[in-house]
Amino acid sequence: MGETPHRSADAGTGGTRVTEGHPWPAGASARVAEAPVSTRTPGGPGLGGGAALPTARRFGAERAFRGLTLAAGGFVLVVIAAIAVFLIAKAVPALQANTESFWTFEGWFPNDAQPKFGIGALAFGTVLTATLALLVAVPIALGIALYLSHYAPRRVGTSLGFLIDLLAAVPSVVFGLWGREIFLNPVRDFSTWLNTYFGWIPIFGGDGPFGRSILLGSLVLAIMVLPIVTSLSREVFLQTPTANEEAALALGATRWEMIRTAVLPYGRPGILAAVMLGLGRALGETIALAMTLGITFNISFNLIESGGNSIAANIANTFGEANETGRGALIASGLVLFAITLIVNITARAIIYRRREFTESAA
Amino acid sequence: MAKRIDAANVTAYYGAFKAIENINITVEPKTVTALIGPSGCGKSTFLRSINRMHEVLPGARVEGSLTIDGQDIYHRDVDVTAVRRTIGMVFQRPNPFPTMSIFENVVAGLRLNGVKKKSILDEAAEKALRSANLWDEVKDRLGKPGAGLSGGQQQRLCIARTIAVEPQVVLMDEPCSALDPISTLAIEDLMFQLKDKFTIIIVTHNMQQAARVSDRTAFFSIEKTGDPGRLIEYDNTQKIFSNPSQKKTEDYITGRFG
Repeated sequence: MGETPHRSADAGTGGTRVTEGHPWPAGASARVAEAPVSTRTPGGPGLGGGAALPTARRFGAERAFRGLTLAAGGFVLVVIAAIAVFLIAKAVPALQANTESFWTFEGWFPNDAQPKFGIGALAFGTVLTATLALLVAVPIALGIALYLSHYAPRRVGTSLGFLIDLLAAVPSVVFGLWGREIFLNPVRDFSTWLNTYFGWIPIFGGDGPFGRSILLGSLVLAIMVLPIVTSLSREVFLQTPTANEEAALALGATRWEMIRTAVLPYGRPGILAAVMLGLGRALGETIALAMTLGITFNISFNLIESGGNSIAANIANTFGEANETGRGALIASGLVLFAITLIVNITARAIIYRRREFTESAA
Repeated sequence: MAKRIDAANVTAYYGAFKAIENINITVEPKTVTALIGPSGCGKSTFLRSINRMHEVLPGARVEGSLTIDGQDIYHRDVDVTAVRRTIGMVFQRPNPFPTMSIFENVVAGLRLNGVKKKSILDEAAEKALRSANLWDEVKDRLGKPGAGLSGGQQQRLCIARTIAVEPQVVLMDEPCSALDPISTLAIEDLMFQLKDKFTIIIVTHNMQQAARVSDRTAFFSIEKTGDPGRLIEYDNTQKIFSNPSQKKTEDYITGRFG
């Protein structure tokens, strides 16, 4: 190898590049072609055959397994369809018996002789508490997740991550009790303070009483969705390719700049998914809200006055004494909740899908 | 625009494991220096110590002295981000930022340095892409994702991204190992042009490549697995490949290694 070798020598897969009419001696490519032959077991057909090809088995494990998976997939569809049919069948008579508008009436009296009930206030409370909870929880959760994935020493990160996950294991009724009995007091004091100094902003206005309000419910919800959003986004951040992180660092980025350049843009769809899962939990949360909200049936943006309600909390609170129409009305409200979550999920997926081929600047 | 690198007694560790020991090399400005040697001999470790990327890994540290035009890279008061801006790096696998367009990839380093003006960014992007021989191929689709290019184009995009911040030294860690021969040829041609402006240090497993592109070649080797890598021989490339002074070097380049 004294002289500078020919360029073809660095072609690892040189054989595939060889086409007719190329100017080099055929020796190199011929050797490539020979290589696999020499590695074959000498004498007798190996697993690779040698005899005539056998026919495929008609009924084997392959087919059985295929049928099994098909049945499992079909079963899910059947269950979903059955649930939907059942819910709609129960809801429609109640909706027909309703003497007020289901969409605009603010109140819930489905058990009366003249049933009156409306979903507006409940749906509004559901969306408002969930949105507020996410506004509070997501920035904190992302901060914790970034700390755990990129700043904390490994041992601290692991134990802190474990603690966060532990928070997710607390039953929601415990959160509800805690919010109602203990957390209520600081939130009430805070609400009074807000009302005194920021009462001119409508959301902090009103004359009280304060306490079991949208604010308390949302804060309890925020604590409940925090672990989900944190641990999911931590996983996403940890999956950022090292190559991209190093590329940013090698360009002279500080750690925060590296996170902004490589980690956050890469994790954006994952963060969105985490937020959506958190939103799903917040929208569907039942008992904690039933215990911490003031349970009223009006649409109001006031966050600190006692009041507020949500679809799920209303179901939990009123199912016990509901009659036939009452149960139908609750099921109808459940269908609305389902529709809200569905819309939220579809929107999230649409956003992720639209961004799958990013062209936007991230820095 | 190019600076000289001096390494004296450079020793690098991964935790308790000593990866390279007492490396002494002087790299002249505006030359291409190739680092060759068997896998695990510490070529990449040494390369990564030059722009302080080695210490990014947990537990990794470097001892000895590394200077750029006499200035200690590892001095306590030196800003590590400034070192990495001065000494750019191209990695083994093309690693464009997947969420960014071609244009944004090229100007990512400039944006990190606070350049916001569109006209400056446009100019710098075109200049860097032209220097990387990529301009004609991508000028009509600068807004498309960088990850949509072919492997060889992606690697040239990464080179453009590296040289857009106008470093003094460009380190390349096996830049062609993931590329096909035609893309490799394009990158090698590019290296010839770039050495007018930059000091280039390239790690390669491919001795033909080292022979083709470099002015000086350093041969690294290890005694056995677990031992630190050492510099065996460092000389003009022609000398290394025609008449090496060390037996080990000759064994390696003639394929009689190990």
